[in-house]
Amino acid sequence: MSTRLLVRRAVSTTFVLLGAAIVLLPFVWMLSVSLKPADEIFTREIAFLPTRFEWSNYVEAFTAVDLTRYLMNGVVVCVGILVFQILLAVPCAYALTQRRFRARTLVFGMVLAGLLVPYHVTAIPIFLGLAQLRLLDTYTALILPFVASVFGMFLFRQFFAQIPSDLFEAARVDGLSETAIVWRIAFPLAWPAATAFAVFSVTAHWNDLFWPLIATSDRALATPPRGIVYFNDQESGSDVGPLMAAAAVVTAPLVIGFLLAQRAFTQGLAAGGLKG
Amino acid sequence: MMALREVTRRFGETAVLHGISLEVAEGSFTSLLGPSGCGKSTTLRIMAGLDRPTTGRVLMDGRDVAELTPAERNVAMVFQSYALYPHLTVAQNIALPLAMRRMSRLERLPGLDRLLPSARAKRADQARRVASIAEMLGIEDLLQRKPGQLSGGQKQRVAVGRALVRDPSIFLLDEPLSNLDATLRVQMRAELAALHRRTEKSFVYVTHDQVEAMSMSDRVAVVLGGRIAQVGAPRDLYERPENRAVAAFIGAQPINLLDVAFAPGESSGPFAALAPRTASTTPLPARATVGIRPEHLVPAPGGAVRARLEAVEYLGAEVLLHLRADDGQALRALAPGDYAPPAPGSEIALAFEPRHVHVFDATSGARLALGLERAAA
Repeated sequence: MSTRLLVRRAVSTTFVLLGAAIVLLPFVWMLSVSLKPADEIFTREIAFLPTRFEWSNYVEAFTAVDLTRYLMNGVVVCVGILVFQILLAVPCAYALTQRRFRARTLVFGMVLAGLLVPYHVTAIPIFLGLAQLRLLDTYTALILPFVASVFGMFLFRQFFAQIPSDLFEAARVDGLSETAIVWRIAFPLAWPAATAFAVFSVTAHWNDLFWPLIATSDRALATPPRGIVYFNDQESGSDVGPLMAAAAVVTAPLVIGFLLAQRAFTQGLAAGGLKG
Repeated sequence: MMALREVTRRFGETAVLHGISLEVAEGSFTSLLGPSGCGKSTTLRIMAGLDRPTTGRVLMDGRDVAELTPAERNVAMVFQSYALYPHLTVAQNIALPLAMRRMSRLERLPGLDRLLPSARAKRADQARRVASIAEMLGIEDLLQRKPGQLSGGQKQRVAVGRALVRDPSIFLLDEPLSNLDATLRVQMRAELAALHRRTEKSFVYVTHDQVEAMSMSDRVAVVLGGRIAQVGAPRDLYERPENRAVAAFIGAQPINLLDVAFAPGESSGPFAALAPRTASTTPLPARATVGIRPEHLVPAPGGAVRARLEAVEYLGAEVLLHLRADDGQALRALAPGDYAPPAPGSEIALAFEPRHVHVFDATSGARLALGLERAAA
């Protein structure tokens, strides 16, 4: 290997490591604090490793509040949202690419326009609507507002647009109905896009604090981030050690999930024509 | 039997088909032959039910099928791109049309197909059918592979298998051999012809390659500019082209088409020594286009056609001669491979048989019932 190449690699590796360090620092700090005894958390020195590991923070996280329940709520809400989003977005995207109908361009334009609207803007009308329907403080209130994902429609549309239409015509000749084509041909082919979409969707809704704060007040319906907030409400003041332990527990499933789906995720984004 | 009656198709402002009428007889191998963009694929898609005619009717066994889906028409189609489902194995690809036709919605549900006895029996029956088709096409070893792991020829066979499996009423093939290399194409041509003989079904074969059309079909429809220019047996198209366009399109070597004046005293050019011969009493046109294929124009001492040699192409079995007549019109002639051409610039006499001459109307291009013979000098 020539020296030039070696230097170039060393430089680029350094930058990647530096970037990774900046991104990872809060996580490392979270883990570090979650393992520190209370008296070591607020000190003048910066120490990543605690003098002794305070595992009781984790025990406290699960006992002080009902963290298990919050995690379960998170799973119910995220899976519910994802299933409905895919049930709606995949057929919509298929129709937008493979069916010819009047106003198709207009509908796609509306999908694109929908991408530009932050959901905080629609939060109040949706809140009022749910209140009218007496659905506040239910799982429905947490799931229903997100079932139609314009981002999902867009991502799947970009993916389906690249599949040669011969394939769908062959399926029609083979006797598949349009619904069967969507679920037996188009959806399996869009697996990388679906994985990418699932990562986006689950991350967004698992981490969402805004909507659960608005739509629910019942503790039994709290999602993980909503649950972590309860550590601040405790009369004992903010209990930082257990708080960080709970945060680590809440973050872990996402990190593990992403690592498992990493390959399909990047593939789906590349195929969808989106640059990360 | 499938028939098209005055079928037109427009895409917005552009008319692609101008009144196509065609009958595909039961058990025939009919080719739609034409250059790219002539509308032959659109015609096939209308037959399949993947596209609808703007006007006109599509009949199957005398019944109007305009509203029926491809599956209801029970057509099978082989696509140029093969269109195999990339996520299914070869066996699943071939079995899919069977599953869609013969199994109920419930029996098709993943998982449930293993539990329901009726579904199990049907799956077993399908597996047997897939196996017998795979054996017929010589792809038994590939059944568990995915399409991505197959070569072009293997994909082609799988696509044919998928078309075969459900016993369709008609096979529609859209340029199925154009993505194969030359050797494989010749081999698949023979296999498709054999398949047609064995199944005794109607085949409609779309191609731009006249060798494919001529060698496999019993009937060829030449499609030019969204119209059927001529329908007939391959031999008819070659020996009796009904118009100038068909004559120009058919033939390995492009036909010589020359302007000829018939009026007395005006005749000049390579055919000056020839006079029209007609059986009917209709008056002779003043001018006409005479067509003669290079392979029917051979150097012979004392031949009636005289032209100057310009260039020679040695092709092995034959020698292609590029010639120019006195009046400046270019001519091509094919001589046998052992012909020793004279030096360029020298004059050659060429002979032909009267039955190989085609005379077309100078303006409309339609075939005229005229022959040419050596004028009694």
